[in-house]
Amino acid sequence: MPFQFSVNGRARSVDAPPMARLLDVLREDLRFTGSKEGCGEGECGACTVLIDGLAVNSCLVPVIQVQGAEVVTVEGLADDGRLSALQEAFVRCGAAQCGICTPGFLVTAHALLQKNPHPTRDEARDALSGNLCRCTGYQKIIDAVTGAIVGEDRC
Amino acid sequence: MLSCTAPVHQPRSLAEALAQRAVHPFATVLAGGTDVMVYLEGGALKPTAFLDLWRVDELRGISTSGGVTRIGALATWTDVASYAALPAALRDCARTVGAAQIQNRGTVGGNIVNASPAGDSLPMWLVLDASFELRSWRGTRKVPAAEFWLAYKRTALAPDELLTAVIVPTVTGEVRYRKVGTRLAQAISKVVLGLRVSFAEGRVSEARVAYGSVGPVPARASAVEGRLVGHPLTEANIDAAVAALDIHPLDDIRSTADYRNEVARRVLRAELIAL
Repeated sequence: MPFQFSVNGRARSVDAPPMARLLDVLREDLRFTGSKEGCGEGECGACTVLIDGLAVNSCLVPVIQVQGAEVVTVEGLADDGRLSALQEAFVRCGAAQCGICTPGFLVTAHALLQKNPHPTRDEARDALSGNLCRCTGYQKIIDAVTGAIVGEDRC
Repeated sequence: MLSCTAPVHQPRSLAEALAQRAVHPFATVLAGGTDVMVYLEGGALKPTAFLDLWRVDELRGISTSGGVTRIGALATWTDVASYAALPAALRDCARTVGAAQIQNRGTVGGNIVNASPAGDSLPMWLVLDASFELRSWRGTRKVPAAEFWLAYKRTALAPDELLTAVIVPTVTGEVRYRKVGTRLAQAISKVVLGLRVSFAEGRVSEARVAYGSVGPVPARASAVEGRLVGHPLTEANIDAAVAALDIHPLDDIRSTADYRNEVARRVLRAELIAL
């Protein structure tokens, strides 16, 4: 069945079974391979994307439910190849180690910063509690997220 | 990769949803997908068809009128957490469901109908004297939360019925919520406690104590409630009430019966002392 929705601001049409996971449609059909599959059951957050501005696990969303929606993936955070302030802060702070969790952390943190540009460390930890880093590099991620907007991270 | 080819019926209105449910009583009902997609992926669910309610806007939203709050079955935990007219303890509960990504998608109705013994919110509906609005093409009925969960994963829903809303009356007293899991976020509960206590003239006038994860269905601890009512909330009375707790939890992959017995008592005592 054909489904229409936008990804990172551009209209897309995909022919997929209605229960296909948004994650697979993004990665396999549309080749947005930034979103990663970690656990495939909503525990790890590596597949986090925004649907109509809200962070969700794309492994738990069937494509039929995104018909007409606006999807943002990690590829949509940079502007014409220029990294966002948040992405710059991740680079500066060394907030990526092996990197597989990074796209999910970036998208979740992006959603947080849209609502709350100056989160405290506790607010950032709470907002990011659905994202797991298997390298356990949490402190530097929190450093980056709390300092991202004003460039006041401790890195 | 998930390759499920079962047909998906996607009604656009409540009337259409009820008509389709009547014809497809065995279709797996899909709301936010945070449980159904996990079961599908794990192979625990082999559906013949789906009834996807996501487009039924009449099931969204939370509203309050005449002291009664109506939570649409498709309201998400994020919606509940941000609805100020609901008791703070229920909003706290909403913030313990999974983490942000799950709260943005998981629905109140899904948590209730899924009827997991470990469902985070279930004891809260018991202590808030909530009732569930069940609708079918035949009509509408209201079932008190206390009569909804019949046995392990079995509910009072008839095959042609859908849960359409949760009705939360204005209640008196102090309301508390405690969830004990392996960690704060993304944890499936080992013990869930809902508590509501009202006072009159220095004595407990009404008590609601309900647990999840310690039996096949979420249930009120009526022996504890009975021991609290009519007495001042002294430490001795609290200890006597806690001693009256009669639960029979199981050993399972998440915890042991011993741990659950001990923790169920400790969180109850701690919450009562803190009132």
